[in-house]
Amino acid sequence: MATALQTQTVDLVARFPEKVTADSRAGYSGFIVNKENLVEVATALRDEFGYDLLSNVTGVDYIAENKMEVVYHAFRTTGGPGLVFKVQVERVDPIELPSMVGIWAGAEYQEREIWDLYGIKFTDHPDLRRILLWEGFEGFPLRKDYKEGFFEEEAKPFKSRWPDGKHVFAEMKNPFRDNLKFPENFDPESYQPEDEKDLYASLERVSKPLTEGEMKTDHIVVNMGPHHPSTHGVLRVAVTLNGETITGLKPVMGYLHRNHDKIGERNTFLQIIPYTDRLDYFNSMANNFGYVTTVEKLMKIPVAERAEYIRVIMAEMSRIQNHLIFVGMLINDLGSMYTPSLYAFEERELILDIFEAVSGARMMCNYFRFGGVVRDVPEDAMQKIKDLVHDRLPAKIDEMERFLNQNEVLVARLTGVKVLNAEDAIRYSVTGPVLRAAGVPYDIRRADPYSVYDRFDFDVAVRYHGDMMDNYLIRFDEMRQSLRILEQALKQIPEGPINSQKPQYQVRVPAGEAYGRVESPKGELGFYVVSNGKPNPYRYHVRAPSFVNLTALETICSGSKIADFVAQLAMLDIVMGEVDR
Amino acid sequence: MYGKGILKGLGVTLKRFTDTYLEDISWWLRGKKRYYTEEGVAHRSSKNTRGIFTVQYPEEQLIQPEEFRYVPFLVYEEGADGKKEPRCTSCGICAKVCPPQCIWIVRTNNPQTGKPVPEPAEFYIDMDICMNCGFCAEYCPFDAIKMDHDFDIASYGRNVYNLEKLLKPASYYAEIRPLNYNREEEARKAKEAAKAAKADAAAPAAS
Repeated sequence: MATALQTQTVDLVARFPEKVTADSRAGYSGFIVNKENLVEVATALRDEFGYDLLSNVTGVDYIAENKMEVVYHAFRTTGGPGLVFKVQVERVDPIELPSMVGIWAGAEYQEREIWDLYGIKFTDHPDLRRILLWEGFEGFPLRKDYKEGFFEEEAKPFKSRWPDGKHVFAEMKNPFRDNLKFPENFDPESYQPEDEKDLYASLERVSKPLTEGEMKTDHIVVNMGPHHPSTHGVLRVAVTLNGETITGLKPVMGYLHRNHDKIGERNTFLQIIPYTDRLDYFNSMANNFGYVTTVEKLMKIPVAERAEYIRVIMAEMSRIQNHLIFVGMLINDLGSMYTPSLYAFEERELILDIFEAVSGARMMCNYFRFGGVVRDVPEDAMQKIKDLVHDRLPAKIDEMERFLNQNEVLVARLTGVKVLNAEDAIRYSVTGPVLRAAGVPYDIRRADPYSVYDRFDFDVAVRYHGDMMDNYLIRFDEMRQSLRILEQALKQIPEGPINSQKPQYQVRVPAGEAYGRVESPKGELGFYVVSNGKPNPYRYHVRAPSFVNLTALETICSGSKIADFVAQLAMLDIVMGEVDR
Repeated sequence: MYGKGILKGLGVTLKRFTDTYLEDISWWLRGKKRYYTEEGVAHRSSKNTRGIFTVQYPEEQLIQPEEFRYVPFLVYEEGADGKKEPRCTSCGICAKVCPPQCIWIVRTNNPQTGKPVPEPAEFYIDMDICMNCGFCAEYCPFDAIKMDHDFDIASYGRNVYNLEKLLKPASYYAEIRPLNYNREEEARKAKEAAKAAKADAAAPAAS
């Protein structure tokens, strides 16, 4: 299925001798680019080689080699495997690198995150502030020499738990609560959170200066959230308004930040699986899927055939319930409270019943293991899946359409209100239904198939206007395609073992790096894992679709009315567990 | 016609509304109780559910599937004189695999020899930290720690469970997870039989 362009390998070393070297470390792939030539090489990658989608940017702290590394994963929206290139700098402050924002605008928040967590400065970044942590935070927590407040040991399992595990509460180890650090000259007692000069200064950047003859109007800054019912959690958005028109906005996040990456690096490989459930808590099955696929890539182990099908069934069920909730919540955000969303919740409950029967929990499933899944699907749960897929869900999706799609109020609110066009969507690294509704048929299940998705006959849902109505309707298209996949999977599923490996509580993962990605209902969910052969990952990074999609929020909303803002935000389908990590 | 879409939508709402009462009447005609019975709750969470969908907690409770998991407990066998004999050997695998590290075990040491005895002296699980992932039950080689079904454990204080509070009889385990229990018992019997057969085979050779 792969076209010539997809399989064409890129030899950067031949194209840029002296400037690029191949990454020759064992288990690693891709290219190492000289810091001075980074912009030149990146521009060529985008314009000459067609890598138009910069999916993932992240840092790694190689403290033993005294190096900081920034890793870029670029893809083509026409499909095919990606290209990874890295740039290494001396680990001596100030660490500086050129920014990629000018080439791929989608790097903006990811580079801010790297600055926030690693302290790498991107010199020509338009708005380099902390993004997940607050201004009074001291240090860069993902650096390997950083120790958090209740630091106990570098890696789990902690020695204090066994064989002499006398229970103590963690806070008893810090009776004076003196384990917090603040920057120099920072007094938390006199800190005034409302005086957020940096944030508002960054907003002034986007407020246009007056042109000749224009009436002077005041620009008002409105803070939506963090406790706003329609921001889907604790997202705060500072919006500047000219009258009712949005002229600029800045999302402020991190209220749920727990440094998932650092937790992952302290955990063993297996222990991360239940933590991934908590990223996008609507789709724990999809999160498990992404993480487990990545580590399997590193371990180079096969997956049991039956387990592959079970995984696909669970992931697609998860997609259906996610999109149902999306529809319900969108209508909720548009002002029609409760009725549609509760209709959506009914079907979701039935799907969660199945998750509960197979995995033991409705939302925090923790169902996937390296090489397979935990347990086989019980007979009655399998029957229920078949009943839902064959009888109930198609009828209920039709009913939902009958219920809403022709409603004149809804049509008037959605039709013609812009979200994103294809060009902007790709530039901002937006993935998932929002990208497809803008007319780019990019679905990882087809573009870079993982698991057994290449065995199913399904269409990539795509719509072309990129307005709210298309973004809304594409969710229905995707649910129908998921049902198609489910029908085929239920027919093809073979009997057999559900795990190719013996159950073991500590897995051996050979040294190396891997980037795995799956098409989660919200977009590209990527995991970047580096192992150095120890029981714990050396680097563990989540490329969360909600977080990266938020980069485009300013472009989506600029020029729109404030009344549409909530609906436009709802279109991105963000989940704060994943944005803040 | 403008408003047709809205009317169509309202039709769906009306149908859902009347479904509840039609369903009630059909259950009544069949002489069955739709509410406050297990049958009724089961029907409401089946694919044929129509009309009202909610379950009146706490009078009604959802039927928990066997694999439902909530906080762990330790299984003990009842000894001859009613003594609790925990299956746990304090090997520490659960403490090592626990992602939030909420299991604390003190191993028993023989006071004379100082060697470890396969039995926990103290066993704590900090239930406020436990994330109900079920790894401890999954990887326990002795089937000694299992996930519970009892989920309403809210309290005013902190929930650090000690050995006494964690121990529940094997009969309770067999009651909440019959399929798992029987499977494990069979596996254990098969293993014991294989061991006995091996011992039998080895015994004549030795003599």
